[in-house]
Amino acid sequence: MSSAVNIPPQFEIVDRPLDTQMTISMGPQHPSTHGVLRLELVLDGETVVKATPDIGYLHTGMEKLFEYKKYQQGIVITDRMDYLNPLGNNLGYVMAVEKLLELEIPERAQTIRVLMCELQRIASHLVWLGTHALDIGAMTVFFYCFREREKILNLIEAASGGRLTPSYFRIGGLMMDLPSGFERRVQQFLDGFLKSVDEFHTLLTGNRIFQKRTQEVGVITAEDAIDWGLSGPCLRGSGVDLDVRRANPYSGYEKYDFEVPIETGGDVWARYLVRMREMKESHKIVIQALARLQPGSVKADAPKVVLPDREAMKTHMDALIHHFLIVAEGFDVPAGEVYHPIEGSKGELGVYVKSNGGPRPARVHVRGPSFVNLSALPHMSEGAMVADIVAIIGSLDIVLGEIDR
Amino acid sequence: MTTGENSEQALPEPQPISDQKTTPSQLVTALQREHEGWITGISEALGEVTAIVAKEQIVAVCSALKAHPEARFDFLADICGVDNGVEEEPRFEVNYHLFSTTKHHRLRLKVVLDEANARVPTVTGVWRTANWHERETFDLFGIIFEGHPDLRRILLPDDWQGYALRKDFPLRGYEPYSLK
Repeated sequence: MSSAVNIPPQFEIVDRPLDTQMTISMGPQHPSTHGVLRLELVLDGETVVKATPDIGYLHTGMEKLFEYKKYQQGIVITDRMDYLNPLGNNLGYVMAVEKLLELEIPERAQTIRVLMCELQRIASHLVWLGTHALDIGAMTVFFYCFREREKILNLIEAASGGRLTPSYFRIGGLMMDLPSGFERRVQQFLDGFLKSVDEFHTLLTGNRIFQKRTQEVGVITAEDAIDWGLSGPCLRGSGVDLDVRRANPYSGYEKYDFEVPIETGGDVWARYLVRMREMKESHKIVIQALARLQPGSVKADAPKVVLPDREAMKTHMDALIHHFLIVAEGFDVPAGEVYHPIEGSKGELGVYVKSNGGPRPARVHVRGPSFVNLSALPHMSEGAMVADIVAIIGSLDIVLGEIDR
Repeated sequence: MTTGENSEQALPEPQPISDQKTTPSQLVTALQREHEGWITGISEALGEVTAIVAKEQIVAVCSALKAHPEARFDFLADICGVDNGVEEEPRFEVNYHLFSTTKHHRLRLKVVLDEANARVPTVTGVWRTANWHERETFDLFGIIFEGHPDLRRILLPDDWQGYALRKDFPLRGYEPYSLK
C-alpha cells in the first residue's frame, strides 16, 4: 500500500526538531498588516530576533505624477495617499503651495479647515481603534467605531460631495462654503460622541486581556523615539511633548484651547491612551471652531489663482477669462521651495514643494508620518513575541497608501 | 527691572525653551564663520532658512547642529532628493529638513551634487531615522549614500531598472513591469 503513494521529494515530511532560527514571511496578505506590508521575521521559537519590513507593494509613483499635473490637479492625488486622513493631506499640500504664492486665507476658510481636519482626525483614530482592537481579538469595538465614523463621513460628504476623497481644500481657500444646516449636524454628532468614547473605554480600557496584550509591549524610550523620527501619537506616547499644532501653529491653531495628551510608558498601551485622549481634545477643538464660525468669504482674494463664483462668471467678462485660464493653463507659482509641516492624524505630515515658475511643480515630496513611524518597527519589535508584532503594528497606526505613495 | 535682569544672568542654567534670540539663520551664520568651507551659502526665503553645505562636511555640520546647545536639531524630519533636469549642472540636490524638539525651529540643509559624482556621506550615524529616507532617495534618484548600513531599494522592486524620479525617466516607464 505504501508503495502506491509516490511523494515528490519536496513534499517529504522531515521530522526534525527546530535547532536553528527560522525565517518566515508575515504578509503581504496578512490582515493585521493594514494593507500590503510584508515583514520578514527571523524567529527563535516564538521570539522575534529580527523584523525587516518590506514595503512598496502599493507604490504608485504619486510624487512623479505631481510633476506632470498642474498645482490644482495635485490636490486630488493627495487624497489618495493617507486615505484615512485625506483632508489632512489636502491641507498640507494646499498650505505649502499657498506659502509659495504668499496668499492670505480668509478667517472663515481657516476655521472651517480646522473644523474639518479635527473631524477627520477623529475619523482616522476611530479606524485605528477599531482595527487595532480587531487585530488583538476584540471584534465588538470595530462595529462601534465604524458606526461613529460613518457619521463623520456623512458630514464630510455633505460638505464636499466625497466620503473618502473629498478634495475639499483648494489653493486659496475651500471648494465651496459649508451647506446650510451643517453646523446643526456637526452639533448633533458632537452631542453623542463623548458618550461613545466612554463606551470604547468600557470595552477596552478596563479589559484585563487588552491590558496584558498591550502593556510593556513594543517599548520605545523618548530618546530613541526622537532619534527614529517618530511623530504624532507614537512620539507623545513616549513622553515627548511635541505637536506641530503647538510647535509651529498653522491655520489659526494658536487661537484654540486644547491639551496635548502625553503618556510616558512608550508602549502600545501608552499610544492607545494618547489617541483615546486625542479624540476628546479634537472634540473640544471642533466645538470651539463651531463657535468661531463667522459669515464671510471662504476664498482668498486672488482672481488669478482662485476660481471665480459661478454667478460672477455669468455676469463678468474678466471672471470668465480667469476661470478659463486657470482651468486650461493653470496659474504661475513663483520659483522657490517650501517645506510645510502639519500635524496629521498620524504625526508630522510635511510637504516639500519646489517650483521653478510655471503651472506645474518641479518637485513635490511628502514626508509621510507612517513611513517614518514604520521604520522604527524593527527597533520596537526586537525580543517581542510573534503575537505582539500584531499589537505593535496596530499601535503605530500605519497606512500603506502613504508609506508607498 | 535691573534686578530682574541681574538675577536672570546669575542663573547658571541654559536659556528657557521659549527663548527665540538665536534664530536658525544666526546659528548657521556663526557656524559658517567658525569653520571655513563647511557652509557655502545661506538664503532665507518665505520664512525658511536654507544652508548650502559642502557635501564632504555634511556629517560634521549635522553633528554640530545636533549637539549645539542653542540649536539642538535633534529631530531629522525629512530627507528628499531633487532632480533639476538633465542639462542642469549640478543636477541633483539633497535636502535635509531639521527640526528641534525643544526649540521648535526648523532649518533646511542642502547638498548639491553633480551627475557624474552623485555620492554623499550618510547621516545615519547622526540620526537613525535617516536610514529609510536615504534608501528612498537612493531608490528614486540613484544618489549613493556612502557608508549607509543597508543601501537597498525600498519602494521599487530590487530588479528595477533606472531611477524613477529622475527627469529623464518617462512617467509611464519604459515597459510594463512584470515579475520574472
